[in-house]
Amino acid sequence: MAIDVDTAPAVTAQVTAGAVRPPRRPRRGGLPLRGASGTSLGIIVVWMSLLILIPLAAVIGKAFGSGFGAFTDAITSPETASALKLTLGLSAAVAVINAIMGAVVAWVLVRARFPGSGILEIVIDIPFALPTIVAGLVMLTLYNANSPIGITLVGTRTGLLITLLFVTLPFTVRTVQPVLLALDRDVEEAAASLGATPWVTFRRITLPQLAPAIISGAILSFARALGEYGSLVLISSNLPFKTEIASSVIYGKLQDADNAARSTQQAAAIATILLAASAVVLIVADVLQRRDSRRG
Amino acid sequence: MNILRRRARFGVLLATTSVVAAGLVGCSSSSTSDAKGSATPFTCPTTTQGDWSPTTPAPTTSLPTTSAGGTVNIVAYSVPKPAYDALSSAFTATPAGSGVQFKASYGPSGTQSKNVLAGQKADYVGFSVGSDLTKLVPSKVAAGWDSGPTKGIVSDSVVVIAVRKGNPKHICGWDDLIKSGVKIVTPDPATSGSAKWNILAAYEHVLLNGGTDDQAQAYLASFFKNVVVRASSGAVATTQFTSGTGDALISYEDEAIDARQAGQSIDYVVPAQSFLIENPVATTIGAAQSATNFLNFAESSAGQTVFAQTGFRPTIAGINPGPVKGANDPNNPFPNPQKIETIDQLGGWSAVNDKFFSATGIVTKIEGSS
Amino acid sequence: MVDTGLDIPTPAPARGAQRTKRIRPATLGLQSLAVVYIGLLVVVPVIVIFYRTFQPGIHVFWSALETPESVHAFEMTGIVALCAVVINTVLGVAIALLLARYRFWGRGLLNAFVDLPVAVSPIVVGLALILVYGPTGWFGPFLERHGVVMIGAKPGMIIATAFVSLPLVVRALVPVLEQFGTDQEQAAATLGASAIVRLRRITLPTVRIALTYGIVLSLARCIGEYGAVLVVSNNIEGSTETAPLRVGNLVENSLDYNSAYAITFVLMMVSFLAILLGAYIRRRIRI
Repeated sequence: MAIDVDTAPAVTAQVTAGAVRPPRRPRRGGLPLRGASGTSLGIIVVWMSLLILIPLAAVIGKAFGSGFGAFTDAITSPETASALKLTLGLSAAVAVINAIMGAVVAWVLVRARFPGSGILEIVIDIPFALPTIVAGLVMLTLYNANSPIGITLVGTRTGLLITLLFVTLPFTVRTVQPVLLALDRDVEEAAASLGATPWVTFRRITLPQLAPAIISGAILSFARALGEYGSLVLISSNLPFKTEIASSVIYGKLQDADNAARSTQQAAAIATILLAASAVVLIVADVLQRRDSRRG
Repeated sequence: MNILRRRARFGVLLATTSVVAAGLVGCSSSSTSDAKGSATPFTCPTTTQGDWSPTTPAPTTSLPTTSAGGTVNIVAYSVPKPAYDALSSAFTATPAGSGVQFKASYGPSGTQSKNVLAGQKADYVGFSVGSDLTKLVPSKVAAGWDSGPTKGIVSDSVVVIAVRKGNPKHICGWDDLIKSGVKIVTPDPATSGSAKWNILAAYEHVLLNGGTDDQAQAYLASFFKNVVVRASSGAVATTQFTSGTGDALISYEDEAIDARQAGQSIDYVVPAQSFLIENPVATTIGAAQSATNFLNFAESSAGQTVFAQTGFRPTIAGINPGPVKGANDPNNPFPNPQKIETIDQLGGWSAVNDKFFSATGIVTKIEGSS
Repeated sequence: MVDTGLDIPTPAPARGAQRTKRIRPATLGLQSLAVVYIGLLVVVPVIVIFYRTFQPGIHVFWSALETPESVHAFEMTGIVALCAVVINTVLGVAIALLLARYRFWGRGLLNAFVDLPVAVSPIVVGLALILVYGPTGWFGPFLERHGVVMIGAKPGMIIATAFVSLPLVVRALVPVLEQFGTDQEQAAATLGASAIVRLRRITLPTVRIALTYGIVLSLARCIGEYGAVLVVSNNIEGSTETAPLRVGNLVENSLDYNSAYAITFVLMMVSFLAILLGAYIRRRIRI
């Protein structure tokens, strides 16, 4: 089946990127569910429940199962509170940095291509496709005590930050890139012909159009960084109050051989906080999308 | 001119935001302390030696003259890898062990015990603390594993304090550890057996010096304030220490000796008061005959000599390992601390776990509030 | 919805992008910034790993890969990843069809939940599965009584892996399905084709490129999963240890960096293959 080159990929990419919702067909379009479709939906719902909802409910249930007091004790214990603060702070920093650098890289790939851009395109996908532990080992090899470039970041927050930037690199780039590609240049050209400098054109015309995609990518980076574990576990050294992240605390508590029940409850409490943060992130992203697609 | 200024502003904006974001997280440099030793090595004042040595005679059972072959799966805690490497080589050189293959898994004692219970293949299990082995009775290990002359214990050691080469912070005993600015490396008692021995030694040294339980708990609280890592096992703690973290590593004397045998430039101090580490072993139900032969070998004079050469204190009398490389004094590798406490004197592991490591235990309370 | 890092096609720059050949200093600055950033962040570490992998010699590399434990780890990874991908493909197609083509109460909710795995920490995923299927979990004892062991065994690992990669196939398919409409299916329906026939002969071939892309991404993700499998498998060497888990164990417990690098190299090659395949598929769509 022939694919319309000019419009389909761009639109599809935009839609995939989430920057643009596909035209919603609220009631009139879309078939109602009947027959085979109805049964298959039933199966899907059952499977998704088993797979996703019930286990998550179990986490929340375990977290509060010993009472609200035990829950608050678990998350306010000094070590846990420090880990949660560190995780949230790192994720926020990564989101901000990615918003800027992701936009820069996407810009270069779309508007300022140079010989070798193709390689850059492929390189950007590397962190996304690598197993997280491999990403961690890659970072550890470069930044450990025998570092070939002489920088040691094991057991430091900088090491955590750089590893997170590595892992979340593709997200913002890939959300901004399709939007940039599909952007209508007419308004920009009009602005230029009226005397606006490239920076003004960027700031007042292009950037507002890119903002939803940038924010969407930043939110994605934030969500990913919140839960990142495999890539951080090697370089962090798991130092409490220093480089211990929330996921590490949870994992440590799951290994407790002596007080398994209590530690599991504490682990579930911390997990609930992370789940809540993820849920907030998803809701914010969804709200922004609806607002943006309504406007656009 | 306008373009230049705008570009400059953009660049400054970019740089500032990046710096601010980095500042949000708070860069901190690596926590390496002065890893190099001081110019003049510091030697701790010597203390009078206590009087403790094993009295159990060497076992008289001889090993079979033909090998049963097969594979022996060893599941052990993290610290004795060098010992078991040497032991399995020595065993395969004997008639009873010729052709026997070994597969070994090392990890935190508590975690390894949990894994065996969950079904990890094991013929010969060796843990750091007794309770990790009693957990396997009767489902994986037959009762009566501790009925032999050494009560199922295959190796001993004592808790020592490893320090940087030259002992730049002049740490000679437990009380030096709680001084401000001293960073202690010790594993996490939730998973590590080594951690429990360390904590018991730290706590009991106060009582051995005539202090009260309250004073011991206060000491332990100060001790934990100085702990800077959460290592899952004794071996991981050693790695963290040798990689540059902390000023003092609390560990087995054997672990310190092994690290020095492997070329690490650290020193260690046998404190005046310490705790006797006793490591239990057993063969599992249904294990191959070679596993039983291996265990008997480990408990024999030949096996105990190998243990001693890798830094463990033998559990039977009359073992002369020759100079032990890596020990402070290779010709007197196992000096006795002035005062020593044993797990039996505290009522066994059940009582100790209850008192210290349970949900209402002393350590759990201190860790929760530190 | 939040993007899971997909973009199917990236065609050549749109008309007008290369209009002016004159390179502004600002552009050069941005290009340099992008290249330096990505170079330092991604390229340098990868080069260092390649160097360290082969520094001890090729025979060290091979012997590390040939140990029974390594072979077993690769086998484990292969089995778990393949099963998870199959599950995700079947489920993904079904969910994508439902989301793209039908309206029903709860559609928005389903849409949101499909994206959930991206935002959840893999350790939390593992914890969640243990709480339900573990020996003291909600369903665990019941399942064990009937001979099904989930935690510490392959079923749990497969479910954990399927969970974390669920969105990839769905998000690859939904836009394409929505875009192409149902005209051909409706025509086939009026001609008497059953739902299965319609699916097999019209719907799937239409989206096969997007589907392939989604499967490639999903496979790469399933092969590389670490955190969730770490928790659910109990990480037992020679039994439930996958290749990524083995890398972690070799570095943390055995300090055997050479073997870790060897396995890492293999995993990286698989990832690169997936990237190149994905880029190739993207380029095909341009034709």
